[in-house]
Amino acid sequence: MGFQGLDFYNLDDELHEDERLVRDNVRRFVDERIEPIIGKHYEAGTFPKELISEFADLGLLGANLEGYGCAGMGAVAYGLAMQELERGDSGLRSFASVQGSLAMYPIWAFGSEEQKQRYLPGMARGEIIGCFGLTEPDYGSHANGMITKAERVPGGYRINGVKRWITNGDLCQVAVVWAKLDDVVHGFLVPRGTPGFSTHKIDDKWSLRASVTSELFFEDCVVGEDALLPGVRGMRGPLSCLSQARYGISWGVIGAAMGCYETALNYAKDRKQFSRPIAGYQLVQQKLVTMATEITKAQCLTLRLGRLKEAGKVRPAQISMAKRNNVHMALEAARAARDILGGNGITYAYSPGRHMMNLETVYTYEGTHDIHTLIVGQDLTGLAAFE
Amino acid sequence: MKILVPVKRVADPDNANKVKVSADGARVTSEGLEWKLNPFDEYAVEAALRLNENGASGEKLGEVIIVSLGPDEVQTTIRQPLAMGADRGIHVKADDAELDSTVVAKVLAALVAQEKPDLVLMGKQAVDGDSNTAGQVLAELLGWPMATFAMAIETADGGKTLTIGREVDTGVLTLKVTPPAVVTVDLRIVAPGSVRNGVTPDAHKYGEGARYASLKGIMAAKKKAIDVRTLADLGVTDGAVVTYTKFERPPARTGSVRFVESAQELVQRLKTEAKVL
Repeated sequence: MGFQGLDFYNLDDELHEDERLVRDNVRRFVDERIEPIIGKHYEAGTFPKELISEFADLGLLGANLEGYGCAGMGAVAYGLAMQELERGDSGLRSFASVQGSLAMYPIWAFGSEEQKQRYLPGMARGEIIGCFGLTEPDYGSHANGMITKAERVPGGYRINGVKRWITNGDLCQVAVVWAKLDDVVHGFLVPRGTPGFSTHKIDDKWSLRASVTSELFFEDCVVGEDALLPGVRGMRGPLSCLSQARYGISWGVIGAAMGCYETALNYAKDRKQFSRPIAGYQLVQQKLVTMATEITKAQCLTLRLGRLKEAGKVRPAQISMAKRNNVHMALEAARAARDILGGNGITYAYSPGRHMMNLETVYTYEGTHDIHTLIVGQDLTGLAAFE
Repeated sequence: MKILVPVKRVADPDNANKVKVSADGARVTSEGLEWKLNPFDEYAVEAALRLNENGASGEKLGEVIIVSLGPDEVQTTIRQPLAMGADRGIHVKADDAELDSTVVAKVLAALVAQEKPDLVLMGKQAVDGDSNTAGQVLAELLGWPMATFAMAIETADGGKTLTIGREVDTGVLTLKVTPPAVVTVDLRIVAPGSVRNGVTPDAHKYGEGARYASLKGIMAAKKKAIDVRTLADLGVTDGAVVTYTKFERPPARTGSVRFVESAQELVQRLKTEAKVL
């Protein structure tokens, strides 16, 4: 039996037909193509490269972009696709998020027509993998303090610096790199193979193990004039990409939470202690009720966020609220599910433990929980606590 | 080829426990059910798409028309095959209570007269009523050749003749059919090599099962036409010939599963305890 999801408030009634079709088709894809293999990949610390072409065929790469071979989905349909993918694994959703929201989106939004033609169709087909280089070893939340620098040289730019915690770094054929040119942040497209550009995979991690995380090194890396993204200057560039990605995360983690909830519910109905199913005990019911309630609240919040985005009315602080709330919610749901599963919860045989480990990363990346607190705090009070 | 694929929505088999019988036993209630495309019909859609395309290049070789009967909600059932790649849809408006296999077959016969397809390709049965009759009645009404339970379809001449493998108890029976024809499909029609159209290279690998609707396909399907007809439009005014007198749930299971040590013990117990041998 396939994944059922949780729809306690009949939110399906609020979805359009194409949105339900997206959800149902991606759900089936996750049941059939991801669920059977993801545990082994997580355990081995490998990304399932064989799925890249299937992601592309399904239209998951750059799904919410218009033109250039992309599907042009609405924000809610895109969110539902991310939800289903992350029910499979946060690492696979991260792959799709980075490719679509962090690598394709800046080219789509800020690139020249020549850059768009050169990269986007191949990226939608999964033939060109992109990554997004913003975070540095010493500049995470304070991204604006980045050290990576670009200087003008005859015919182009010379880039020097190090980027860290870069999803898809070792998979990428092109890196979208943010560097300071005359003290202002600019975006550069650096193809793999450019002299002075190298990557190093970070293997010693217990989270997002089915996703590639890397460091990017730029040592006197010279790129042409056509490497610069002409359409944006300053932090607005990377931040607008992050808004796209954080939006997808808000949906994605609901999938992880629903997966944990369903596993815990089925386990609790099946597992007998003191001669009856543990689902019949008050303490277990309280945990399940809390999970279902928090998932339902997150669904309502996020569907509204999606409709605001479709109407072009969404504000970054609203996305921050959803990212902050939902990731925390999902992490708590994963922990509760692990708890309900008892000793079995710590084994690879059940997914909540894997989701829980993954969500620790999601809690921190794309703006930490605390930073999103401060973004919303600034929005409410008009006072910035982080400057 | 021009292929007509009738599809039916059925209660999601994964949620079969939500199917309820009304208090008076007169009907099965459909309130609150989640609907799915009948799996065998989905396989027919997949087979029709494979027949009518170059699987390697994606080039289309013909038209696939989806038809479904029922209330307005069945347009959602039609939209999934359109998103998979079918070209257009026809929705014949009707209450579920008005329909049985005979009415469905008459409607399809009337649509065949209008659309003149080369092939009607459909599931062998719907997984709700399991009647397994609509295809057969349709072939009879049309006077067309029929092949049921198809697990392989092959053509080498653009569909002028079809070689059909059909599953029977002792193996595979091979039929040659000259279209126009009615073919009903079984589960294995969606195995990777089950449909060969002489155009898709043999080296091309189809997946196991019906294809996913891609996100682009779903967007494209929003713009595909679904014509709406009524039973009266199609001249089908006779009511259903099958009437249901009573529904009841199977009796709750009693007893429990018991394990035996050997076949001998099983036979012994079937004789002495169950008294069925």
